[in-house]
Amino acid sequence: MASLVIAEHDNATVKGATLNTVTAALKCGGDVHVLIAGSNAGGAAAAAAQIAGVAKVLHADAAYFEHGLAENIAAQVLAIAKDYSHLLFPATAAGKNVAPRVAAKLDVGQISDITKVDAADTFERPIYAGNAIATVQSLDAIKVITVRTTGFDPAATTGGSASIDTLASVADSGKSVFVGSEIAKNDRPELTAAKIIVSGGRAMGSSEKFNEVLTPLADKLGAALGASRAAVDAGYAPNDWQVGQTGKIVAPQLYIAAGISGAIQHLAGMKDSKVIVAINKDEEAPIFSVADYGLVADLFVAVPELVKALG
Amino acid sequence: MKVLVPVKRVVDYNVKVRVKSDGTGVDIANVKMSMNPFDEIAIEEAVRLKEKGLVTEVIAVSCGVTQCQETLRTAMAIGADRAILVETSDELQPLAVAKLLKALLDKEQPGLVILGKQAIDDDCNQTGQMLAALADLPQATFASKVELTADAVSVTREVDGGAETLKLTLPAIITTDLRLNEPRYVTLPNIMKAKKKPMEVLKPSDLGVDVKAHLKVLKVSEPPKRSAGIKVPDVATLVSKLKNDAKVI
Repeated sequence: MASLVIAEHDNATVKGATLNTVTAALKCGGDVHVLIAGSNAGGAAAAAAQIAGVAKVLHADAAYFEHGLAENIAAQVLAIAKDYSHLLFPATAAGKNVAPRVAAKLDVGQISDITKVDAADTFERPIYAGNAIATVQSLDAIKVITVRTTGFDPAATTGGSASIDTLASVADSGKSVFVGSEIAKNDRPELTAAKIIVSGGRAMGSSEKFNEVLTPLADKLGAALGASRAAVDAGYAPNDWQVGQTGKIVAPQLYIAAGISGAIQHLAGMKDSKVIVAINKDEEAPIFSVADYGLVADLFVAVPELVKALG
Repeated sequence: MKVLVPVKRVVDYNVKVRVKSDGTGVDIANVKMSMNPFDEIAIEEAVRLKEKGLVTEVIAVSCGVTQCQETLRTAMAIGADRAILVETSDELQPLAVAKLLKALLDKEQPGLVILGKQAIDDDCNQTGQMLAALADLPQATFASKVELTADAVSVTREVDGGAETLKLTLPAIITTDLRLNEPRYVTLPNIMKAKKKPMEVLKPSDLGVDVKAHLKVLKVSEPPKRSAGIKVPDVATLVSKLKNDAKVI
């Protein structure tokens, strides 16, 4: 039986998390199909067809798919779910929103946030903020899965030549309406896809200081900006910058933690980074227990110095 | 309008759990248990809606062992009017909990159900969405703002890159994110008052729900340990290490 990846996309192109999900799907065995449910999403469907390893793209187009409302997307997935052994969603805000709706309607359990595929029915997933890893076996015929993107390498965006089939769109549920959104626009890489992340904690002291000190470093490194929960709660950084158990899970090549003490919840979100740098004036801070390179220093001195040293 | 708020008893968020040496789970004997933090936010939101006069009754629900009564008392100390415990010592997975809640939904007919977005023990993030699907109701997950009127609710949700606002018909299902509100401290007089509030105890069989497991835990293990690296004396050494040893810049 084949696996279906429910793509995350912006109608024009597929988002990075889709690529990691394709890799997880390939490990489940069988062909991998990708569903693009969107509005004028021909661009995204064409991009999905290029992804290495994808055998078929299913494209459902309707105006009410534009904003990815859970009720409508879940209904579209359910219309074709019976043809698949595995339904895989990226464990992003969008994927987490829709997947359980699909699982409940199919009367199957969901396996959330998998980091490894051991067998077609057996998966590993972190629990307790990553302090334990559970190996779980699904007892259901259809496996509904969300994929932690940091657990799988992204599939190549080229090399595939999948066919694109057009699906009949399901009807609009009419029970929820998209009113508007405030999506921050900036040129930085997306937090979950960034190769380098510069992250600030409570020690930043204010949102002005946060920007003044960390932005030049992020600019210099072409990095995304992140924050600890303490910094977000204090209003120093926007909500969607939060790295941790209940925020974003990241695993960049380089994670620079400035003024972050290293609470369990924060470590859960970044400890799979390849290289971790911690800058903190408290040498007892728990962040140093996971850092490859620790610098005990006042970040307000060390970070500008670092910017200068990077030339 | 009634509001139903499911709450879960979990290991307190300050406790660092240990994996049992036989790999069957984590050791929660003699560990402090508390209400799941996201559920506390859910109760707080429901109580605030009642204080604004938009809601007539807040009902707290928990599914699990007898000790969940403590969690429900806490919910009533925050301001829930009454509580329902669906008591079982069976392990409950999210789909089973969603089915139990669906049965209570049919019984109580609330206008709104507010749940935490995820429990901090199994980190599943499923129950609210599953309940919405089983009840065929609209959902707004990861809420950072809730505005309720007589026949609809506007919810601002935290999404990747920012926030979006949805308008749902009622009844509706909402799950809470961290920044929706800051739960109040529970005061002693309110704890005393909560002891006198009514608590109904049911069994899953009373609701006609089969709570069988859909996932089998084969083993629970320690995550790979990340060992501490080195301390560098200054910024110049740090830059040289990152360039020459780690080769990440």
